[in-house]
Amino acid sequence: MKTEDLKNTQEYKYGFSTDVENIRAPKGLNEDTIKFISKIKKEPKWMLEWRLKAFNRLKILKEPDWQKPKYPKINYQDLYYYSAPKSVSEKPKSLDEIDPKILETYKKLGIPLDEQKKLNGIAVDAVFDSVSVATTFKDELTKKGIIFCSISEAIQKHPDLVKKYLGSVIPLSDHYFATLNSAVFTDGSFVYIPPNTKCPMELSTYFRINASETGQFERTLIIADKGSYVSYLEGCTAPMRDENQLHAANVELVALDDAEIKYSTVQNWYPGDENGVGGIYNFVTKRGACRGKNSKISWTQVETGSAITWKYPSCILQGDNSVGEFYSIAITNNHQKADTGTKMIHLGKNTKSKIISKGISAGKADNMYRGLVEIKNKASNSRNYTQCDSLLMGNKCGAHTIPYIKNNNSTSTIEHEATTTKINEEQLYYCNQRGLDQEEAVSLIVNGFCKDVLQQLPMEFAVEAQKLVAISLEGSVG
Amino acid sequence: MLNIKNLEAKVDNKHILNGLNLNIKPGEVHAIMGPNGSGKSTLANILSGKNGYETKGEINFDGQNLSELSTEERAQKGIFLAFQYPLEIPGVNTNVFLRTSLNSIRKARSEKELDTLSFLKLVKEKSSELGIDEKFLSRQLNVGFSGGEKKKNEILQMKILQPKLAILDETDSGLDIDALRIVADGVNSYKNKYNAFLIITHYQRLLDYIKPDFIHVLSKGKIVKTGNAELGVELEKTGYANFT
Ligand SMILES: Nc1ncnc2c1ncn2[C@@H]1O[C@H](COP(=O)(O)OP(=O)(O)O)[C@@H](O)[C@H]1O
Ligand SMILES: [Mg+2]
Repeated sequence: MKTEDLKNTQEYKYGFSTDVENIRAPKGLNEDTIKFISKIKKEPKWMLEWRLKAFNRLKILKEPDWQKPKYPKINYQDLYYYSAPKSVSEKPKSLDEIDPKILETYKKLGIPLDEQKKLNGIAVDAVFDSVSVATTFKDELTKKGIIFCSISEAIQKHPDLVKKYLGSVIPLSDHYFATLNSAVFTDGSFVYIPPNTKCPMELSTYFRINASETGQFERTLIIADKGSYVSYLEGCTAPMRDENQLHAANVELVALDDAEIKYSTVQNWYPGDENGVGGIYNFVTKRGACRGKNSKISWTQVETGSAITWKYPSCILQGDNSVGEFYSIAITNNHQKADTGTKMIHLGKNTKSKIISKGISAGKADNMYRGLVEIKNKASNSRNYTQCDSLLMGNKCGAHTIPYIKNNNSTSTIEHEATTTKINEEQLYYCNQRGLDQEEAVSLIVNGFCKDVLQQLPMEFAVEAQKLVAISLEGSVG
Repeated sequence: MLNIKNLEAKVDNKHILNGLNLNIKPGEVHAIMGPNGSGKSTLANILSGKNGYETKGEINFDGQNLSELSTEERAQKGIFLAFQYPLEIPGVNTNVFLRTSLNSIRKARSEKELDTLSFLKLVKEKSSELGIDEKFLSRQLNVGFSGGEKKKNEILQMKILQPKLAILDETDSGLDIDALRIVADGVNSYKNKYNAFLIITHYQRLLDYIKPDFIHVLSKGKIVKTGNAELGVELEKTGYANFT
């Protein structure tokens, strides 16, 4: 491949920005900003109080610094906390009212929002900077009693559910970034599946950061009531900018008795350029509570974007016989850094967890798996199986695995396996000898390495993810 | 088809090939024999385009200077190497690998890619000829295959990819007598007047089943003797002592 071609294919395909007029809160993190957000969203008083409580906690919390990837200090007073396209700051009632430029943006991203062309049987909530711009398939879902809307709408229309569950998995004062989110979160998705209901389609949220100097703080809350099932997918992209942008989301999942939530992420925020300039700081708190007996939460993530990814989607296995799963692919190239993994906290009896992590590093990137498995003393006959595999491409990248293991019940077992391999010149040669060019060969080998995780994704997204995996590693060998 | 003139090869300043000459015409079977470390695999690797060798001399394949072609281009033009040590690629289904490979080669030759059905039919036919169980093809490429299975898989790939020049690097090593016969049958059934074989081996054994037109003895990076099938029998008796 000529260098010219290589440049073109390697370029971040979602790097364009959309020129729309924005409504913004004044810069800075303070009570006025929080009041501004709450007011523009027409929130009830309890919500504002909740936010302010979080803000007061934040004042005494310290930004954590134990993680591997270090970053320059963020000036929280120099950020915008709310930015919304003017045209949707009053949430449009129908798709016709959305700024065509925004619809065009989503079309370019491969996410058509107009009802005619909506993705095959997948309901989409689209979040543009700080607001949700459109939710598709609403009527069909409503018939089944399923609620799928923006969190802002849920706060107004379903306050009892929100009050009951918001912050019930990630407490207000959990840690710095989670608390920051609780104070200033702007939008995100809300899902409620009523008892004994299987959600008939994939639910999906698409997050897009557009505005500059803006933090994105989205909040997602998913509740699967007794005996229900839902599969949810989020995708993310951002324009190429030479500044670092902060994305600090909170995601809370609650599964009641016999319920199952499958949560998949394909994260492709702008990773910065090949010299490490720009890119998103992806500092996200994701936590699921298997609150009922026989409940199950399964996290699958494909993390290919962001300058720094720092997240540990976790499961709190409270209900007896509950199951937690974490499947992860984290790819870091150039100067990207990832410190990711999971926490599995076993509280109930006969609880099971499974962790499959695939880390791939190329260029000068660093990739860290960090995971906690904790079996509490009452969690008898519980089991964990962890497998962490790292794949290195080249000599300048790094892979690290730090498992934290605490077993307080002698009837329970924890099993951990880890491997580190280098992408092998011989394997590449073998593929080349069979007529595959370098890119095809890398893609084949890497996708083989990731297979256990890719096959967890819903079909439509598995294919996309496979391509994404190949694209994010283009040009990283030979 | 293949013309090698004065081929020299070095790795880390160590001379491995020292002026090797070889001509192969369509329809011919050439065997290269020689002691361990004489440079047999090196020759196979250089022909198929492996990186890391410093070479001098000329190699022409079908009228084209091989040094101008990348490894995959050589494969696409019809050079196939059955590896002495086939590589394991975890997570990659053998069928998927075969199909990706066949379609890359077909694409490069401006032929239509095979759809799933036609491909499966082709694989079924070729694998049954080699007595390979189909189930085996849905396993990860070479992972957990026995030595013999790996070698049979190489011959299966050869039969599916239909190369002009097939280089077999010690495909017979580590095979029991039944597997050896199957591999030899695989070669014999593929052989025709348009393609050619370069068979690297250590033992006369394989040559009882595959009749070579020429046998070359490689020693210290040079062909020191060329003969017909008789030479193999002689070598079996005397060993390589006379040539080192
Ligand atoms: N990459 C390499 N680096 C250093 N020495 C090598 C390398 N490849 C081959 N050699 C040496 O070159 C000689 C020929 O090797 P090889 O071609 O594998 O022999 P054969 O296949 O005939 O047994 C051996 O002495 C071997 O150690
Ligand atoms: Mg050898």
